[in-house]
Amino acid sequence: MNKFKQQFLAGPYLIWIIGFILLPLVMILCYGFTTGDCSFTLEYITAIASETNRKSLGLSLKLGILCTVICLVLAYPLAMILNNMHIKNQGIVVFIFMLPMWMNFMLRILAWKLLLSKNGVINSILTSLGLDRINIINTPAAVVLGMVYDFLPFMLLPIYNSMTRIRHDWIEAAKDLGAGSITIFFKIILPLTISGIVSGIVMVFVPSLTSFAISQILGGGHVLLIGNVIEQDFMQGMQWNAGSGLSFVLMIFVLVSMALVNLFDKEGEGTALC
Amino acid sequence: MLKKIASRFYMFLMFAFLYLPIIVLIVLSFNDSRSKVKWGGFTFRWYTNCFRDENIMSAFATTLQVTLLSSVIATIIGTLAAFGIAAMKKRNQTIFLGATNIPLLNADIVTGISMMLLFVKFMDLGFVTVLIAHITFSIPYVILNVLPKLKQINHSTYEAALDLGASPLYAFFKVTWPEILPGVFSGFMMAVTMSLDDFSITYFTKGAGVNTLSTMLYTELRKGIKPELYALSTILFFAVLLILLAGNISPGKKQRKQAAK
Repeated sequence: MNKFKQQFLAGPYLIWIIGFILLPLVMILCYGFTTGDCSFTLEYITAIASETNRKSLGLSLKLGILCTVICLVLAYPLAMILNNMHIKNQGIVVFIFMLPMWMNFMLRILAWKLLLSKNGVINSILTSLGLDRINIINTPAAVVLGMVYDFLPFMLLPIYNSMTRIRHDWIEAAKDLGAGSITIFFKIILPLTISGIVSGIVMVFVPSLTSFAISQILGGGHVLLIGNVIEQDFMQGMQWNAGSGLSFVLMIFVLVSMALVNLFDKEGEGTALC
Repeated sequence: MLKKIASRFYMFLMFAFLYLPIIVLIVLSFNDSRSKVKWGGFTFRWYTNCFRDENIMSAFATTLQVTLLSSVIATIIGTLAAFGIAAMKKRNQTIFLGATNIPLLNADIVTGISMMLLFVKFMDLGFVTVLIAHITFSIPYVILNVLPKLKQINHSTYEAALDLGASPLYAFFKVTWPEILPGVFSGFMMAVTMSLDDFSITYFTKGAGVNTLSTMLYTELRKGIKPELYALSTILFFAVLLILLAGNISPGKKQRKQAAK
């Protein structure tokens, strides 16, 4: 088959791109920038500055950043430990840490709701030990915990993958030349895992910024993230124009955060997939 | 030595963090009491109830149908597209790959809403719209898995086959296809995973009455927790475990052999 003809194999996909990727985005712009009677307006875009919206966007950013930082802090040492284990069944151990990722996302939240609820498992253990109960269900803390639990593997996997690519000889060589373990970490391991860290950050930050299901279930309706506001606009309030306006703003936030993160990833290795 | 103990301890803590919730679910699924904290004896009641529950079973069936259909269709369109993209000039390639990145990088909620806004103009929301949405977000995973394989292919082997008298089709299936097959397969598996786990996009593109497991669970969880769901979690956890073990262990051995060479 010659090259010219071969290009036409992408035809069905081209139709799909136009129909189901580009056209839907145009629809969001349409709804976001027009009023009910089709006249242009910026009202729905600037609505982000209203007090409730600003608050929920601020809270989303705060929780998203917090969740990303916690995931990074938890996952990085774990990836290092997993990579340094020189046992026969390393693959199996890594597999064990990845396995929860494959369970349905909702069921993992169910488990945390069960653990954290007022008369839940954690509280009854604490009571039987004679300790104070913790009441974090329906607070932002519970939401962050749920997000960390859900998204931790997305941080672990790319960092671990970038670590396995570090050749052992390089570290040996550094040791021979007199480097201590701190120097080795900052001069070799950290720079070589930057691309993994970057993709991990993107893969955790974007879903935690835009999630609405976790905050709905573990926040019990008391934690209003920007995702919840948008969901309510569409599913309860029938305010499609307002919801589209906010979605557009959210899209901009996602793009900007990705561009910022990609500044640190000059080689371009760490795109969303690992 | 101290370092080793510390790292083992850390691993143990992370293991507990990841698995305690799941273990609690599994234990409670056998608990003959509606209470979350009191043990009322051993029972399979929740399992039989779970299989009798029409809500759960129909959601389960819908999930399987959507996942299988969307992954197969996405694999076909995506593999064809990868062949097309590989033959393109640099500039067109960049355009196509840019469009491919949109559903990957965009927030799920935005993707879901944008498709819903389009669908309601032309049709009723329902099974078909969920299927289209799942195909749309699955295709990029297939393309990104197949394209690198296509770029690695050595064209001289294919031409050698032609020179030796093979028809183009025969040469394709004997030379090119086996080389890209692993990419097609891992693309398919990623499509299956993403489709099974998706909540946000399904939530916005489904009509009333159509539910996948994720959206069914969301509705149930907002109401409260039924013990049948513990049973469902346990079944799904072990199903996933078995599938992954079956899938992971055999190719793993092969890879090690190749590495030894």
